[in-house]
Amino acid sequence: MAGKTLYDKLWDAHVVSERSDGTALIYIDRQLLHEVTSPQAFEGLRLAGRKPWRLDTNLATPDHNVPTVLDERSTGVSGILDEISRIQVQTLDSNCADFGVREFGMNDINQGIVHVVGPEQGATLPGMTIVCGDSHTSTHGAMGSLAFGIGTSEVEHVLATQCLIQRKMKNMRIRVEGDLPDGITAKDIVLNIIGRIGTAGGTGYAIEFAGSAIRSLSMEGRMTICNMAIEAGARAGMVAVDDTTLDYFHGRPFAPKGELWDKAVESWRDLVSDDDAVFDQDILINAADIQPQVTWGTSPEMVRGVGETVPNPAAIEDEASRKGVERALEYMGLKADQPIESIKLDRVFIGSCTNSRIEDLRAAAAVAKGRKVSTSLKQAMVVPGSGLVKRQAEAEGLDKIFIEAGFEWREPGCSMCLAMNADKLGQGEHCASTSNRNFEGRQGFGGRTHLVSPAMAAAAAIAGHFVDIRTWQEGNAA
Amino acid sequence: MNPFTRINGLVAPMDRANVDTDMIIPKQFLKSIKRSGFGPNLFDELRYLDEGQPGKDNSQRPLNPDFPLNQERYQGAEILLARRNFGCGSSREHAPWALEDYGFRVIIAPSFADIFYNNCFKNGILPIVQPEDVVDRLFKAQDAQVGYKLDVDLENQTVTTPDGETFSFEVNEFRKHCLLNGLDDIGLTLQEADAIRAYEEKRQQEAPWVFGQIH
Repeated sequence: MAGKTLYDKLWDAHVVSERSDGTALIYIDRQLLHEVTSPQAFEGLRLAGRKPWRLDTNLATPDHNVPTVLDERSTGVSGILDEISRIQVQTLDSNCADFGVREFGMNDINQGIVHVVGPEQGATLPGMTIVCGDSHTSTHGAMGSLAFGIGTSEVEHVLATQCLIQRKMKNMRIRVEGDLPDGITAKDIVLNIIGRIGTAGGTGYAIEFAGSAIRSLSMEGRMTICNMAIEAGARAGMVAVDDTTLDYFHGRPFAPKGELWDKAVESWRDLVSDDDAVFDQDILINAADIQPQVTWGTSPEMVRGVGETVPNPAAIEDEASRKGVERALEYMGLKADQPIESIKLDRVFIGSCTNSRIEDLRAAAAVAKGRKVSTSLKQAMVVPGSGLVKRQAEAEGLDKIFIEAGFEWREPGCSMCLAMNADKLGQGEHCASTSNRNFEGRQGFGGRTHLVSPAMAAAAAIAGHFVDIRTWQEGNAA
Repeated sequence: MNPFTRINGLVAPMDRANVDTDMIIPKQFLKSIKRSGFGPNLFDELRYLDEGQPGKDNSQRPLNPDFPLNQERYQGAEILLARRNFGCGSSREHAPWALEDYGFRVIIAPSFADIFYNNCFKNGILPIVQPEDVVDRLFKAQDAQVGYKLDVDLENQTVTTPDGETFSFEVNEFRKHCLLNGLDDIGLTLQEADAIRAYEEKRQQEAPWVFGQIH
């Protein structure tokens, strides 16, 4: 019999009961909650007279709607200017209080983007099943867990039963082998993968990211990769446990301590695919082939290397694909064959659950240090992923580097990634963004998003247009 | 949830691939703490020419005349015909809420994004996968005939055209059962409470650090 994949092991360890139709009731170890996808779930519990199955498994924090400007933020939840945003954050507060769910409130130092907070607190750990009413829950797979996004009905289902009815996904492995060239980051790897397999390439699969280039990444980098598994269509992405994983979690507030830690480590060491495990799809990528990536269109699969040009629809035979490219170019205000480096920017956003961790801010600050944001930009902003990331960045002086360079230094939240708060693009504006989606209107009505790594975003802010971080750094040392 | 058994419904086209959930219901409408009322803002950025906001009077907004749902012939549509990877992007259940609130009960496409597909069943919407060439033919057929309706029968898992041509479709038994009967699956899962407790005891032995850490 063939060995098990990491996903097989995680699945098998959580099956409560199996049904004849191929679905199973699986146990959920941890649920993260935020203000946007939880109110209707709590309301559902209330209407049915149900209570949460367990309380010590849920962790909530408001992130999508919260203002990131200090003045507005410091007045507390009642001071949120947008009335409906305020009501949504207040509703999370009152639901958590009513049902006894642990919450990091808006101005708690531990507050932040739910997918930054979970690992940072050790609330999400290796070997767990982790869900949240948010598709980027795949982030937590980076630690060798099974983590995926769910809808609000399922949020309610997990609150009420601690379980979900699921069908097992297929196994895909994507190996990225070789040393990562200088200037190439986790973000470039994952954008490159999405460009290769498409936004539906991973539909129906759990993807394990493996290979020497993945193993060389920090936990932050692995989270960036798994975060965007959903942009390749896969609900869950994951990376096997190794010393990097264990080092990251040791000493985190909710992580086990003492003997329990030792016992956990022993169990977590097994969270790797067996050598003889069989994958339904196995993809190999050579790390040396990856350039810094920039999306030019309205889907994350519409991506090219920074040294390349925007595609020419005339060269595309398939009618549906050609129409898609034409529509994207029109929306993005770009010309066929236009060099990526010639795209001028109006705003730059460094943040989101993809790239707002300390390593991301360090990478951006290293580029920004001693330089100035181009006067052609309307705005460049840095939004840390959590209160703790912000505090750490300030302890390292990164805030001063950003502010001196002309970036705005904000309070933690989802911010311009999806523009539910006041941080948004104007119509027709181009933005270099470290977030995860370049859909039409995502960052504001008529806004034009280009997804890039933190270093590429910082360099673009300074140049006013995209530049190749590999060569630009050499020619412009401060 | 409303049960779904069979409908004979008007078909409306959504002729583009990779329709994402931001397109189905833009983020500003996600601030609602209710499950209902999203229909008027379904496909907001495609349907209207200006920017929509919660609370804005939609009847006063300029409509995009090229968008099918604004055309007389598609009024009252209950079946949405779509292209591949429909519903990609975020997990927001507001997307099926908006489709259902507008009046759609069936979506036919060559493929769906996983989370969206799953969310449909929780809200009385039947997502049907058909091969690309079948979907292509349906697009052409509905375009050629005003008032084009399809008969969708969940019990027998068939889609029948006005010409009497029938296509079968796959649907998971459990989901079918819930949809046919409008069942709340939380209640069904709670019938297995003993199995869940037994699992928890075992899990607590094997991974005690999963319990009691957050309080």
